[in-house]
Amino acid sequence: MSELRDLYQEVILDHNRSPRNFGHLDDANRRADGHNPLCGDRLDVTVKVVEGVVTDLRFKGSGCAISKASASLMTEAVKGKTIDEFNELFDYFHRLVTDETLSVDERALGKLAVFSGVRDYPARVKCAILAWHTLKSAVSDSQEVVSTE
Amino acid sequence: MSKVTIDRIDFDVRSIRKQFPLLAQSVRGKPLVYLDNAATTQKPQAVLDTLSHYYAAGNANIHRGVYALSQDATQAYEGARSKVAKFLNAASPTEIIFTRNATEGINLVAQTFGRSMVAAGDEVVISEMEHHSNIVPWQLLCEEKGAKLRVAPINDDGELILDELAALLGSRTRLVSIVHMSNSLGTINPVRRIVDLAHERGIPVLIDGSQAAYHMAVDVRALDCDFYVVTGHKLYGPTGIGALYGRSRLLNDMPPYQGGGDMISSVTFEQTTYNELPHKFEAGTPHIAGAIGLGAAVDFLTEVGFDAIASHERRLLDYATGMLSELPGLRFIGTAREKASILSFVLEGVHPHDVGTVVDTEGVAIRTGHHCTQPVMDRFGVPATARASLAMYNTTDEIDHLVSALSKVREVFG
Ligand SMILES: Cc1ncc(COP(=O)(O)O)c(C=O)c1O
Repeated sequence: MSELRDLYQEVILDHNRSPRNFGHLDDANRRADGHNPLCGDRLDVTVKVVEGVVTDLRFKGSGCAISKASASLMTEAVKGKTIDEFNELFDYFHRLVTDETLSVDERALGKLAVFSGVRDYPARVKCAILAWHTLKSAVSDSQEVVSTE
Repeated sequence: MSKVTIDRIDFDVRSIRKQFPLLAQSVRGKPLVYLDNAATTQKPQAVLDTLSHYYAAGNANIHRGVYALSQDATQAYEGARSKVAKFLNAASPTEIIFTRNATEGINLVAQTFGRSMVAAGDEVVISEMEHHSNIVPWQLLCEEKGAKLRVAPINDDGELILDELAALLGSRTRLVSIVHMSNSLGTINPVRRIVDLAHERGIPVLIDGSQAAYHMAVDVRALDCDFYVVTGHKLYGPTGIGALYGRSRLLNDMPPYQGGGDMISSVTFEQTTYNELPHKFEAGTPHIAGAIGLGAAVDFLTEVGFDAIASHERRLLDYATGMLSELPGLRFIGTAREKASILSFVLEGVHPHDVGTVVDTEGVAIRTGHHCTQPVMDRFGVPATARASLAMYNTTDEIDHLVSALSKVREVFG
């Protein structure tokens, strides 16, 4: 059970149960779809970007606990950040869930640190990064469907 | 107490298990409970020994060799073909073509029979429960030819609606291609009945036996089907080998599949004549070891016997169905009257992927996802299911492990 709790930490379960920033952003000026065919996850991310800053964003879709919580926590972490800051965070998050040698800097990551458990479950990495790839595609303005397969 | 008896009535599952070395291992510190047999089955020692013996002592390229080693390898390879022919009760070994897997068997038929027989405006009929490998080859063919793919629907229990299938059969139908047993629902289709319906209208039938062939005895002549595909790695045999049965009358008229060595009888730059059956459809050096390993696998299956296998798996399925039904919020996808060895389900409020990860930490291997049957998922309005699938070596104890692992899901997700 303790092993499982490393993956399914309370914060993740909470965001799975009640995802934040869930829905569609009506005055969005960027959007992208993400798809993980392996588990059938689909995400729709709508974003408002004003002068290089992500002023608001929402996500919608169905997915496993890891992908839903990751999307939810991402929206909280990224709101108010510049696109450059998001790109930096993206790279760091990517390493967090894949790189076993990375020591987790809780200060820099905040709540996102709860995803460090994902490294021990390689099959779940794609779930954790789907939302991030989708948002990256939205803010870099390429409108195609993102796939983590 | 009664559990042990269930396994022992006419089948000694413990001695079966001993023949599968992989099953003895632990995963994450727990004994492995392998319940992903619909994806691939584990291999008995007899198959492993056959493979290593072939490479250690019997390896040579086949056909045309004049030396003893090559002749022995040829004999072993062709002997395996005879074993598969007997296993499926084909009229002759020349009706058995070795392929890489079931997928290649279906593609072979689509690319040869299909390309020569299907024209613009013609139709190919499949069902809603097909594996992607029995959908996409026909889509490609239909796209190329301007033909139409027609799909017979299934009902809420995951059973084929036979009347609807019959209604699709018309003067433009060139082939019916249908799964014998569904990998995501467990449904067993009334294939003999379907063959009769199609043959009444002169339409040939391909049956995808990927799942059926390791759960029940298959007799292609009793089924009267025209093509039947199997895949070695689900028959307790090696990966990379499968077989296509084809009625020789049809195979003879079909153009070759791939060009190359072995499939010809003579080549000049002006003209090439093709080899006789089955070699016409086997270009290049085949998976010799795989074929011989598949021969050992069907020997093993025959020795254990499908009466014993089917009754053991039937009891296991009934037991598992009963136990899983007790779990709160569990819904089965696939409740056909005629089904075998597959338990596909969703747990309310928990994504199947999370279910799979939680039970994995208990050493239980199940599959989660769409199982290469996305139309089935769409039909039932779920993105994915969790699927436990049984084989001859599974036990009621393992079902109990699955059930207790599933109760952990509730502990985590509430
Ligand atoms: C019903 C069915 N058809 C076809 C296939 C394809 O088998 P293979 O991948 O071995 O070609 C499978 C297995 O995944 C299956 O279950």
